[in-house]
Amino acid sequence: MRAWRYPAFWLTLGLVAAVGIVVFATRSATLREEMFLLLMFVTLASSLNILLGYTGYVNFGHIVFFGLGGYVGFYLMSQQGWPLWWATLAGGLASGLLAWVLGAATLRLRGAYFALATIGVNEAVRAFVNNFRPFGGPTGMSLNFAVYRQYGGPANALWWTFGAMFGLTLLVIVISYLVKFSRFGLGLMSVREDEDAAMVMGVRTPSMKTWAFVLSALFPGMVGVLFFFKNGNVEPGDAFRLQMSIEIIVMVMLGGSGTVLGPAIGSAAYERLRGYLLTSPIFKNLHLAFAGFLLLIIVLFVPAGLVGWLRGRVPRLRRVLE
Amino acid sequence: MSEQTHPETLLRVQGVSKRFGGLQALSNVSFDLPAGQILGIIGPNGAGKTTLFNCINGVYPPEEGRIIFRGTNITGWQSYDVARLGLARTHQIVRPLNELTVLQNVMAGACFGHERRNLAQAEKIADGVLEAVGLAKWRNALAASLNVAQKKRLELARALAARPYLLLLDEVLAGLNPTEIAEMVQVVRSLRDQGITILIIEHVMHALMNVSDRVIVLDYGVQIAEGTPEEVAHNPKVIEAYLGDPKVAERLLLGD
Repeated sequence: MRAWRYPAFWLTLGLVAAVGIVVFATRSATLREEMFLLLMFVTLASSLNILLGYTGYVNFGHIVFFGLGGYVGFYLMSQQGWPLWWATLAGGLASGLLAWVLGAATLRLRGAYFALATIGVNEAVRAFVNNFRPFGGPTGMSLNFAVYRQYGGPANALWWTFGAMFGLTLLVIVISYLVKFSRFGLGLMSVREDEDAAMVMGVRTPSMKTWAFVLSALFPGMVGVLFFFKNGNVEPGDAFRLQMSIEIIVMVMLGGSGTVLGPAIGSAAYERLRGYLLTSPIFKNLHLAFAGFLLLIIVLFVPAGLVGWLRGRVPRLRRVLE
Repeated sequence: MSEQTHPETLLRVQGVSKRFGGLQALSNVSFDLPAGQILGIIGPNGAGKTTLFNCINGVYPPEEGRIIFRGTNITGWQSYDVARLGLARTHQIVRPLNELTVLQNVMAGACFGHERRNLAQAEKIADGVLEAVGLAKWRNALAASLNVAQKKRLELARALAARPYLLLLDEVLAGLNPTEIAEMVQVVRSLRDQGITILIIEHVMHALMNVSDRVIVLDYGVQIAEGTPEEVAHNPKVIEAYLGDPKVAERLLLGD
């Protein structure tokens, strides 16, 4: 339980908690919707960080877990009448299972080859869902309005969804810390630094990497269920957007991959920027160009990201910013 | 197992061969390493010394032959399984985990090596080992910030933290200055006194001749001699292949 000793743990948790508390205190629906998106990105980025930041494997298909989990959960809610909570859990587990199967096949690949495989997986799952009748094929599925009654009406349902998203974000932060300061985390970071040397030291790299992949996939699966529940409908185009995967990578890199605070800050910053770009009349069609440009700048000049750069610049911050 | 004729034989290498395309890197290498001994491996560049290490610790499997460690046939095992059975090694070209601290590097050795310690125990072991190899001062520095001599020590510390039965040392003295070499030789000797069996590749001949109980000579993947340092240094084939001049051999045995 070494994580408790680090100020950064409380700092990150405090920041996320503040977001939730402000939303619940003001009872503002607009703020809630904005913050739902922000917390969603924090969760997606932090979960990707377990694979990208800790283990050093670039995954261009993180969104496939969001989409698949969302679909499975949505199916259970709309066709089988499951309550949101169980559907969310099932969505996460479905994504975890997919990661476990994919991990066995693709985690043998290293570097660019793994990254390429993950793009292929996203496209393959999208094509599958597009042709899968029980999931509604290309038109997807939508929720019957009556479903919201068990949560006390649509307005209340949105508050419940936000509450669940908030809980999930806190959970991903706590898990990120626990992993980072565990034996498992040390093994993952050894793989990131030098996979062959890690093997020689006795790190069972295949199973380590697979569990990191599974852990990283659980959260987007659950987030997907919440997101599409809130939307009321799900379709392949929304669920498996490759560009979202890339945006999540930008968020992690912007804040600092391999740190816990980094992805949280990076996703918050990127989400704000994205919100501005999408609503501004000049830039609204260019937000992806900005994402790409930003990624280029980060990789060229600050590969360690914001938090990593600060840690490098001010060694005293090492113990504070993790 | 019946593989073991001699109860104290820790490692048996039997007829090991390895090819890389057209290059025969190892042909039919065999030797026994009794527990508690230091066995030196010498040979010119490209003689197959590191390849032999890689075959023993499972970086890649040999094409022929068997490797028996602690009575278990480990031929073709993955390197992490070999490590867990109690074998640790250092690399000729250092492989520090750069973005981790020196302490974390060594803790990883203790966590995933054959004793599979938890983090708290690993930290204690790591601190002890860092003290022993003289890196305690750099405990919290990033491994990337060490100089070459320190990185060599780090390699050694990481392997030692696993508390192995058998240690493979691949040129731990290369690139060190004479004072550092003398210190490192002391460390290696003290390891044997602790009961660790060592297989050592070294180019710094006088050091190797001084620490080894026995020496094997490889030349183009063929084992051309085996014996005590004296026997090997006077073996005409070895002199021709490697040492060149008989007077050099004399000096190697005398000089320290």
